[in-house]
Amino acid sequence: MSAMPQVMQEHMAEPVALPVQSRGLVREWRLASWTVRASALCLIVFYLLAAASPFFAPYDDTYQNRAMPDCPPMRAHITAPSDWSEGFFYTHPMRMVDPVERNYAPDLSRRTYIHLLSHGHLFTTDSPKDPFYLMGSDGLGRDLYSRIVFGSRVSMLVGLIGVAISFSLGITVGALSGYMGGLVDNLIMRWSEIEMSLPSFYFLLALAAIIPAGMSTTETFFMIIAIMSFISWAGFARIIRGMAASVRSRPYVEAARALGASRWRIITRHVIPSVLGYAIVAATLSIPGFILGESALSLLGLGIQEPAASWGNLLAQAQDVQNLARYPWILIPGLFIFLAVMSFNFLGDHLRDRLDPSNAR
Amino acid sequence: MGRFLIRRLINMIPLIIGITFLSFLVMSLVPGDFLSTLKLNPRISPQVIRQMEAQFGLDQPLMVRYLKWLWSVLHLNLGVSLAYRVSVTSLIGSRAINTIILSACAMLFSWTLAIPIGIVVAVNQNSVWDRILSFLAFFGMSVPNFFLAFLMMWVALRTGWFPVGGTYSVDYSTLAFWPRIADRINHLILPVFVLGTAGMAGLMRLMRSQILEIKNAEFVRTARAKGLSERVVIYKHVLRNALNPFVTMAGYSLGDLLGGAALVEAVMNLQGLGLLLLDAVRQLDIYLVMGSVLVGTVLLLVGNLLADLALVAVDPRVDFSSAGQQ
Repeated sequence: MSAMPQVMQEHMAEPVALPVQSRGLVREWRLASWTVRASALCLIVFYLLAAASPFFAPYDDTYQNRAMPDCPPMRAHITAPSDWSEGFFYTHPMRMVDPVERNYAPDLSRRTYIHLLSHGHLFTTDSPKDPFYLMGSDGLGRDLYSRIVFGSRVSMLVGLIGVAISFSLGITVGALSGYMGGLVDNLIMRWSEIEMSLPSFYFLLALAAIIPAGMSTTETFFMIIAIMSFISWAGFARIIRGMAASVRSRPYVEAARALGASRWRIITRHVIPSVLGYAIVAATLSIPGFILGESALSLLGLGIQEPAASWGNLLAQAQDVQNLARYPWILIPGLFIFLAVMSFNFLGDHLRDRLDPSNAR
Repeated sequence: MGRFLIRRLINMIPLIIGITFLSFLVMSLVPGDFLSTLKLNPRISPQVIRQMEAQFGLDQPLMVRYLKWLWSVLHLNLGVSLAYRVSVTSLIGSRAINTIILSACAMLFSWTLAIPIGIVVAVNQNSVWDRILSFLAFFGMSVPNFFLAFLMMWVALRTGWFPVGGTYSVDYSTLAFWPRIADRINHLILPVFVLGTAGMAGLMRLMRSQILEIKNAEFVRTARAKGLSERVVIYKHVLRNALNPFVTMAGYSLGDLLGGAALVEAVMNLQGLGLLLLDAVRQLDIYLVMGSVLVGTVLLLVGNLLADLALVAVDPRVDFSSAGQQ
């Protein structure tokens, strides 16, 4: 990433195994398998969706087109070159054929043009009343794709923030516990044992009941993160503790102690950096847990509430078997959850292989 | 052995007390209680509300309520469900059995597939099958339980091969014994598949990496040098050593299994402990929540204990006198 390592490499006669983080992204990319590359791309896209939701979503996530509930995904067609002044793509507007079953048929005689990069959107149509539903609409006539894009904010952020909180907590407590030993260690480990013996999902459900009904989406979001961090920090703390305890008797820690370094300094400058590699891998691999936890809570109606969207609560519609049978596209948000989780798994697995010294070639 | 068991059982007591107290604390943090919806009802007089408060002990301080609850739990009385007005024990009993059946079948499913696949894949490392199955394992590990459940229900809807959710058919009570069993099994297939898939993928990967690690150990080389057949080397020497962390991990994955079961129950509408807990949480039915969490915790602890006992069966090096202390 910095220019420094390359300069060093040029001046060194023999190749030296440099730490992974100084090798540069390009080299990492070349070393990675296609699954890892695809995962990285997938996550980049998802985070872009989250960062610039209003741009990627063609419509407002709460706009309800009451005339078109449960509309199936529409097909985009390429316009003939003579009509390119209207737009490169068009779709046939859907007409409701059967209001009871909510069956739609495309009206082949009419065209709705899809404009790229207009009105501050990646693609959109002239009016949300003549929409282009890339992934269909929900029971209230809201564009599912737009809701997925806005929902990515919740689902993608919950992992990052949750891991940041539970990890800093786990690392600090674990390192403290492992380094101090004695009574502190004993108390912290008994506490973490209690937390680890919890049937965590049951407890998550019980905890979710604390969230008051009137809370705003942001407040609920942070409540969920706090709850999940509270449940998950203990596991990290235990592992970090074990590693820290083994670091404690290493010569360089003893040397630091002999030089009169304070406990805090030894923990922050020597113990924590030595376990950081492991921590990064474990952090990546634990992000899916947070994403899944939030989705599950929101799916069950205990997390993010309507009208705000999250990938979990978008799936709640599918709990009605009738909806599932007639409008299978409402399962698409689940596909996004799946892709995000799988990408983090692939990436974490790859990082573990790269950071594991026994795998160094 | 007996002393180990006793020590482990004694160790469970503070754990259970800690967990239940934590849950009690959480439930008391909930704004409002079960009665707050009744209070809004103009037809119910304040006297009735006060009477119910006293009856369910809702007017007492937290510690008193907890100790009272704990005392009645010691008498195997989990209290009265506020919403259903029947004893929590009777509500939980049949639900817990359903959850245990589901989890046990899912575990059986994932084990019977994960172990042989893990072996085959590890023995033929880097073969085509290894690559395909390892990739599929990632797939299985990453597919959220609830999403897979939805997908399977959709498949069931489309094909009509399986019942769409539910624990048993509508006419279950009219059936004879064997048709009842068949009906239950028929309703179990999809949930077990959904719940078992995630566990299977993880266990398969673990089995694979374990065998790969041990495959080149010195004692394995010695076994080969003695002229033992590859079969004997793999099954008698490698496998027995690879199973150790497998069993431990299976014990720890019980928590995920219970959690996954709760989600699958909620999505597929199975009458299990998880769905009961979910309803109880929604209705702020405190004693039912406490009862479900308690039973879930006990299931988990007992499962872990069983896993530790199973360790001895597969690994003679594990010593009971030291296994309890950490």
